[in-house]
Order: sequence, then structure tokens, then C-alpha cells
Amino acid sequence: MQEHVQLSQKKINDDLLAGVLGMPKWWLGAVGFLLLVIATGIGAYGYEINKGLGVTGLNRPVLWGFYITNFVFWIGISHAGIMISAILRLTQAEWRRPVTRVAEVMTIFSLMAALSNIMFHVGRPWRLFWVYPYDFSRGLFMNIRSPFVWDPSAVMTYLIGSTLFVYVALIPDIAVVRDRATGKFAPKIYGMLCLGWRGTPRQWKLQAIAGILLSALVLPVFVSVHSIVSWDFAVAIGVEGWHSTIFAPYFIIGAIHSGVSAVAMIMALAMWMWKLDNYLRPDHFDAIGRLLIVVATTWFFFFFVEWIFALYTLESPELALRELQVFQAPYMWLFLAFLLTSFFIPVPMWLFKSVRRSPGLMFLSTILVNIGMWLERFLIIIPGLARRQPLQFDWGSYHPSIVEILVVAETFAFVALGMLLFSKFFPIIPIFDMKEGMQVREEIKIGRRIVPASIRETP
Amino acid sequence: MAENKWGMIVDIDKCIGCQACVVACQSENNIPINEEGHFNQRRAIEWIRIERYWEGEFPNVRARFVPVFCQQCDDAPCEPVCPVYATYHNSEGLNVQVYNRCIGTRFCANNCPYQARFFNFWEPEWPESLKNQLNPDVTVRSRGIMEKCTFCIQRIRRSTREAAKDGQEVEDGDRGMSPACVNACPTHALTFGNLDDSDSAISKQSKEELKQPAGSRPGGRGYHMLEHLGTHPNVVYLKKVDKTAEEHEVHG
Repeated sequence: MQEHVQLSQKKINDDLLAGVLGMPKWWLGAVGFLLLVIATGIGAYGYEINKGLGVTGLNRPVLWGFYITNFVFWIGISHAGIMISAILRLTQAEWRRPVTRVAEVMTIFSLMAALSNIMFHVGRPWRLFWVYPYDFSRGLFMNIRSPFVWDPSAVMTYLIGSTLFVYVALIPDIAVVRDRATGKFAPKIYGMLCLGWRGTPRQWKLQAIAGILLSALVLPVFVSVHSIVSWDFAVAIGVEGWHSTIFAPYFIIGAIHSGVSAVAMIMALAMWMWKLDNYLRPDHFDAIGRLLIVVATTWFFFFFVEWIFALYTLESPELALRELQVFQAPYMWLFLAFLLTSFFIPVPMWLFKSVRRSPGLMFLSTILVNIGMWLERFLIIIPGLARRQPLQFDWGSYHPSIVEILVVAETFAFVALGMLLFSKFFPIIPIFDMKEGMQVREEIKIGRRIVPASIRETP
Repeated sequence: MAENKWGMIVDIDKCIGCQACVVACQSENNIPINEEGHFNQRRAIEWIRIERYWEGEFPNVRARFVPVFCQQCDDAPCEPVCPVYATYHNSEGLNVQVYNRCIGTRFCANNCPYQARFFNFWEPEWPESLKNQLNPDVTVRSRGIMEKCTFCIQRIRRSTREAAKDGQEVEDGDRGMSPACVNACPTHALTFGNLDDSDSAISKQSKEELKQPAGSRPGGRGYHMLEHLGTHPNVVYLKKVDKTAEEHEVHG
């Protein structure tokens, strides 16, 4: 365990609000660059709306491509929020405290990115709202048998739930910012946002109850969202490699794998950008690394079982698809890269304590995981479509066009910009939670050393 | 009025792969002209297509032709996945596509095992000289929506309407009602009609051909495409009569 760093209350406020109250030099540059990427992506999307989906690389057998891959990827990333804040909160894992808000905010922005991918994907995005029970003037309810109706409702539930969750946890911190903000507008805006927070015992009690309630209520969503996303594929009888009953748990555990990895990545970035070395300690990376070993291994088990299910049938279309995935270029190389990056490189790395405690190496290994998990979704979606069914006459392949690549880059820039803006205007590490954590921390003596036993909260 | 359940019989033994049905379909249903580029992009729209398979080694190579179009499945995989009811089953056994509802998720096309659904990747274009030959009974589809074979529903509607005007029912084998592909086929490989009418030629033939072999009586040639998926198509295919293959089967 790490030596305990004793910080004064004032030091915590000063450190965690440094970004909010000051303006680092790199911030404007980074925002400008991301805005440029987003503008390019929006331009490409406008071109796509204007000309039709012909400007993408999609074609008749492969009707879903980069956008759906990216949609599944971002939904996967969004699972970090629930995993970290709800599950770790309910299981009272003490190390979650500085990480929760990063994870939750990433959930919100990645869900928005996922929803935007559906907009990029459909042929007539201006009528996309018809999947919601909204347009009653036509006298037509949407088809509730379709996973594309379940999807938006699950994702919107998740988005609303986690937005409330972040906001409730943010109120005391906004009040801290309100008290310190200067200028004409900032105190007023923060004052409105903190809903008259005075820090009375009753307010604290309500805030704590709301937080626990929300984290319990949002737990079912943890299971439902990615299950439903997996059913987009699992209900398709027409596509080999998609209609597998194991998809729901397999996708969920894959989502946690990529999501928790993304949290570790963002943690390292936030630590370097906002100089939070005293708050995001090697302890935290260590804990997340251990969690990742468990998650990654479970995910790999599901991956293995899914393959066994597929091969056990000995159906020739299924076997042909698996052969395409593993032995034929270019999928062969992508498959190799996917296996290495999502499991075989990072997991052995995490077995070493020195790697887990090094933010730089954790950053690298978790980036690898996210590349791998993106490829995993690609390898599920594309080869299945390219080799559809025994009608060999219509087999095909898929190459993304420059428009699709620009639009996909836009979603990454969007999430990055969202995180950057949020961490500029609000403390990215929950101040009150940190202080609360200090109150419940105990020191225990092991041999000659005194170490903090920051494992469990006092009941 | 009697119940209608429209169906088709495709006799593969008679198909010579001439593509007349494809051309007839293109002009009846306002399908944009597929140029070479469309095929190279694999975005050509052919509501009926002739799948050509080569069999055997040189010099004993034979071409097999299979016309594939929407099978108007009774349990169509495309229908439950459409979020906006752009595709649904109507009371006459037809799988109907409502263009105005379609938002272009392309889920139905992914789920169609026959790959009979087509997406409008581009705004459809016709050369100036062909603009006046567009069929006024058929919608011109804009970009971003799905389309597929309708069994020429505009012809069915017109025939039933005109028959009803005279207080009659549509005749079996009425050429005005048959889809364009059926009328264009030079070898009569395609038969269209009402499967629910026990007197119609198609219902008699499909009943006869779908018989399973029993005892010494040989079975019919009929089968449904990709039967194992349980989609219950309304299109019956009749096997090719292949002497050499039968011999091969017996000896091999």
C-alpha cells in the first residue's frame, strides 16, 4: 500500500479547483484542435446527408459498417460509469472515490456519441424521432418488437439516469466553486446550478440518499443496455455469426472490459493534464489494474465459449464465416491484432505490480484494450454481413470511405471535448467525496509501518 | 370476396437465365438504370436477380440459374425488426414496404436471408429520354430508404379493382394482374396466382410438387428456398431435372 499523503482541507480545495478557477495554457489549444476535428466530421456528415449514404463504403451485403461498430463501441465505453460508481459504491470499494466522476462524465458523453452514431447511420436521419413514441399524428405506434425501439429507450434511460447521478454528486462541489468564483456571471451561474446548497445536515442527508438510490436504480440498466445492443445482432436469423444466444452476457462483459480500460486511460490523462498526482495515486491504478485482470479474463472466457458454440454446430455457413475471420486477409490481420491488443498483451502486463502502479504503462495498455475492443465489434459485424448465408452470389466486402473515417473521428473528438470542457468548468475529482474518504480512513499498523486501511467505509 | 394469398412458382428447370424478367421489373417498377458503376459498388438495385452458379470442372461446366426475389415470407424476418412498421404483412399474404415510413436503418435488409431488399444509396436518376416512361402507378423512391419486390402490387390492385367494377373476381392467370417478370418470361418459368383458391393452377401445382415421396411414389420437385430457417415463403421453387445428377446420386 502507498504511503498515506496527508493533505489539508484547503490544499484539496486549491488543487482540485485550480483548473476551474484558472486557465492552463494548453487548454485553449486543445479545445481548438478538437473543435477543428469536430467541424471536419460535421462537414463530412453534411456531405453524406446531401448526397445520400452512397458516399460511405457501405454496399449491399454489408449494410452496417463503421457507424454501428462505433455505436456499439461507445455504448461499451459508457458501461464504465455504472461499473465504477454504482457497483463499487454499493460494494464500498474505497478506492473508487476520486475516479467516480471521471467515469460518470465519460458515460454521459460516450452515450451522446453513441446516439449520434445512429443518426449518422440511418438513411433519413430527419425522421429518426419516429422510433420514439412521439409522432402520434400519424396514428402509428412504433413496432415494439424491433430491437431498434428497445435501443433508444434503454440508451435514453441510461443517459437520463447517469446525468442525474452526476448532477446530484456535483451539487456540493458546485457550491464550493460558487463560493470561490469571481467575475460577473460565474458566481450567478454556479449559484443557480447548486440549487441553494448551504451544506446543512438535512441537505447532506438528502444528497447521500439520492446518490445511493440513483446508483441502485441505475443498476438494472447496467444489464439491460448492452444486452439490448447485443440483441440488435442476436435476433438476426439471416446473418451467420450474429444469432448467438450468448451475445447478451458476452457483450456486457466486453463493455465493462473496454469501459474500465477507458477509465484508467482518462485517469492517467486527467492526472497529467490537471496535475492531480496527489489524488490519483498509484494505488488507484493498482486497484483498477486488478479489477481489469478479472474483467478481461471473464471476457476472454465468454469469447472462448462463443467460439465453441459456433464451432460445435458444424454448420457449413458458420464454419465458412469463422474461416473468413481467422484465415483470410484482411480479417486475419485484424483478428490477430484484436487478440493481441484486447487480451494477450495487456493482461500479462497487468500481472506485474510495477506495471499496475505506473500510470504511463497503464495508459498504454488500456489504449491497446480499446483498440482491441473496437476491432472486436468490427470483426463481429462486418465478416458476418460480408459472407451472408449460402447465397454465395452476393458475397461482398467492405472498405470504409473517407467520410466514415472523418465522422468516426468526430465522435472521438466529441467525447474528448466534452471531458475537457467538463473538467474546465467543474472539479473532475469529487471534492466532498475525497474529504469524506479522509474522514473514514483508518491507520493500521502492519509490522513497523503505519499504512492507511482505505478499504472499507465504516458502516 | 374470396381470400387472396398471392404466391409464385419458379421452375428452375425452365429458367434459361435470359434476364428478361430483370429488365421487365426495372421498367415496371421505376427502378433506376443500373450502370456498371452501380454493380462495381455493389449497390445495384434488382428486385429480381438471376443468380448464376457454375458447376463442374472444365470442359463439363454447366451454368445454373436461380431467380431470386422477395419470397413474401409468412414469417418474414424483416418485419419484426423494423422499428417504424415500414414493412409489415398485409391481409393478402404480401410483405409490404411503405416507403414513406422508412427511416433507413437497413435492419430489415440485414435480416433478410434471401438478400432481396435494396437500399437507395443514391438519389435515383434516369436519362432525360427515359423520364417519360416512368410508371405513374409506382412511387419513385428517394435516397435513404429500402425497397424490394412487391409482386407488382399495383397490377394486382388494378386488376382486382376492375374486376370488382364488373362484379366479378380476378381470373386465374390474368396477364393484367401477373407481375411484369411473369409476363416477360419467355419459357414460362414463373407462375403467379392465388394460393388460397383451390381451383387456381398455382395452388394445384404447388400442392402436387410439394408432396413428399411416399412408398414407391416419387415426391414432387417443389421446395422452399432456405426452408430450414422457418420463414415459410410464398414462393415455391421447382428443382432442376438433372439426369446426370440423379445418376451420380444413385451411384455415388
